[in-house]
Formats: sequence, C-alpha cells, structure tokens
Amino acid sequence: MSRQASRGGDPRKVNGELFTLTYGALVAQLMKDYENDDEVNKQLEKMGYNIGVRLIEDFLARANIGRCSDFRETADIVARVAFKMYLGIQPVVSNWSAAGDEFSLLIENNPLTDFVELPDGHNALHYSNLLSGVLKGSLEMVQMDVDVRFVQDQLKGDNITEIRLKFIKRLEDAIPAGED
Amino acid sequence: MATMADEVLFEFLHMELVSHIYRTASKDEKDHCISKLESLGFRVGQSLIERFTKETSRFKDELDTMKFMCKEFWNAIYKKQVDNLRTNHQGVYVLQDNRFKFLTQLSNGKQYMEAAPKYLAFPCGLIRGALSNLGINCIVVTADVSAMPACKFQIQIQRV
Repeated sequence: MSRQASRGGDPRKVNGELFTLTYGALVAQLMKDYENDDEVNKQLEKMGYNIGVRLIEDFLARANIGRCSDFRETADIVARVAFKMYLGIQPVVSNWSAAGDEFSLLIENNPLTDFVELPDGHNALHYSNLLSGVLKGSLEMVQMDVDVRFVQDQLKGDNITEIRLKFIKRLEDAIPAGED
Repeated sequence: MATMADEVLFEFLHMELVSHIYRTASKDEKDHCISKLESLGFRVGQSLIERFTKETSRFKDELDTMKFMCKEFWNAIYKKQVDNLRTNHQGVYVLQDNRFKFLTQLSNGKQYMEAAPKYLAFPCGLIRGALSNLGINCIVVTADVSAMPACKFQIQIQRV
C-alpha cells in the first residue's frame, strides 16, 4: 500500500484532526483543572478572546475587506469569509431580530466537536466556547461590542449548533487618533 | 482527510495553550508546566497516529517507523519533512528541523532563547505519543535549540 498521505493543496492549512484533537486535549485539561463547567466555559472564552484579538489582524490582512457598514454585513463576512477561512465551514446566518441587532450562526458540522461525546452531567458546558471568545475578541478590535453565546449545541442532542450574536454598542473611543 | 483548519488558528491555539498553562500555575508548580504540556502533546500524538496510519502498510523495523515520522507525520503536521535524521543505531535518533514551525515567528537567532522550551514541550509530547502507539517506547524526547528557528529533537528509545 502506498505511504503517501494526502497533502492538502493549500499550504496555509493544517490537518483538521490535529486542531480538533489539540482542542479536545485542552478542554479535557481544563475539566481536570476546574471540575466546574461554568469555570471551564469562562476559561475557554478568555482564551478565545486572546486568540480573537490577534486573529482579526491576520484576517484583515488576508481577506482584503473594508469596514462593515452595518451589522448585517458583519454577519455575512463572519459566516461567509471568516469561518470559511479558518475552519473551512460556512455557517448559515438566520433568526434576525426585528431591530437587526441580533442574529444566529447555525453550524451543522462543527469541526471542533469531531470525535467528541459529552459525558453525562455536563449540561452547563459549552464545549466550543472558544468560538464565543474568538468572535467577541475579534469584533471588539473593529469597535463592536458584541454579546456571544451558545443557545443550541449538537453535542447536547440539539439538531444544530447555534451561536447567538447580539450587537451591544459601537466602541467609538477605541479608534486611534488620526483615523476617522 | 476530514476538515482542514487554518494554520494561524492552530498556532494561536497552541500559544494560548502554553500561556494558559503558565498563567494558571502557582509559583511552585512552574516546574511542572513543561511536563503538563508534554503530556497534552502525548495524548494528541497518540490519537493522531491512529488516524494517520490507518491506510499504511506495516513498518519493517524501527528505522522504517522513524522514516515515517520524519516524512509523513512531519508533513501532516508541519507541512514539511524533517531536514536531517541521524541515529547511533543503539536507540538514539536525532531529528533536525532547520525551520521548525512553532519557532519561525518567534525569532531568527538567539533572541528569546529562554522562551523556546515552553513552545517545544507540546511537539515533544506529540512525537512520544505517536511512537508509543506504534509500539515504540521512548524514555525521553527532548528538544535542543542552539539558534532559532532550527531545532533538534532527540529521541531515546527504551530497549527491552
């Protein structure tokens, strides 16, 4: 049999299993360290936030997009461009609030949860909560204060994974001097 | 191959993993950080190798296994092969990577040398975990850096 492992075409991609398994090892480690679902959620979000504030730089440098004119455009870019670029998936944007300040990202095949089964008794755990932090952190760097939370999770038996994003306010003061 | 993630995302995840372990360790736990990261890597390496070798024919011998590590394993994870493989034929192997992925963004020379070990513990664990699931027990896998981003991984195999 051939030993040639498939060499993915895009040089900027790593093996998805490596990413998924590393993330899984991280969550397992956190569960061991804290033994408390809420605290693990908090730590995952914090780490995601730290990643998000860096990731946005990479994203803006590579995606070649400008400033979003409204939250709908932001939703579109996040789902169609950002998720595609980093995780290779395109969530569906839906459930807009009447005011247009709130929407859901519907993820059908969450790559973070490949090979994962949640043991009983962890209903409070948001396994993929790193994503909340990443979204929050990266949007904060483009002056958007956004609330991000998981409302449905396939790991808990829901049909789909749903992340709800709510626009809170524009962070006007964060614009550096000299920019409009 | 299943999903592909972007390498930047993986690198950031690894950086956060390292800094989280160090951030949450108390003063007298600091010594354990390296071994904690190493054991995380071990766990990941163990699972990964099962996925990577599911369509591979049986390895002829230890050297053949090592060649697999240097070529396919390295390629799947770091998108390149190991630059140099040496062995004393008594269970010690040295894998040299002249541009090790986790170090290329860190420094190009001797700056930040003191930071290097914490970014190499996880990769060392990966190797040890992978080999262990291929039936090769290593006493230790250590990483040795004299100038970044080049790195030498030394693998010492337990002889029964």
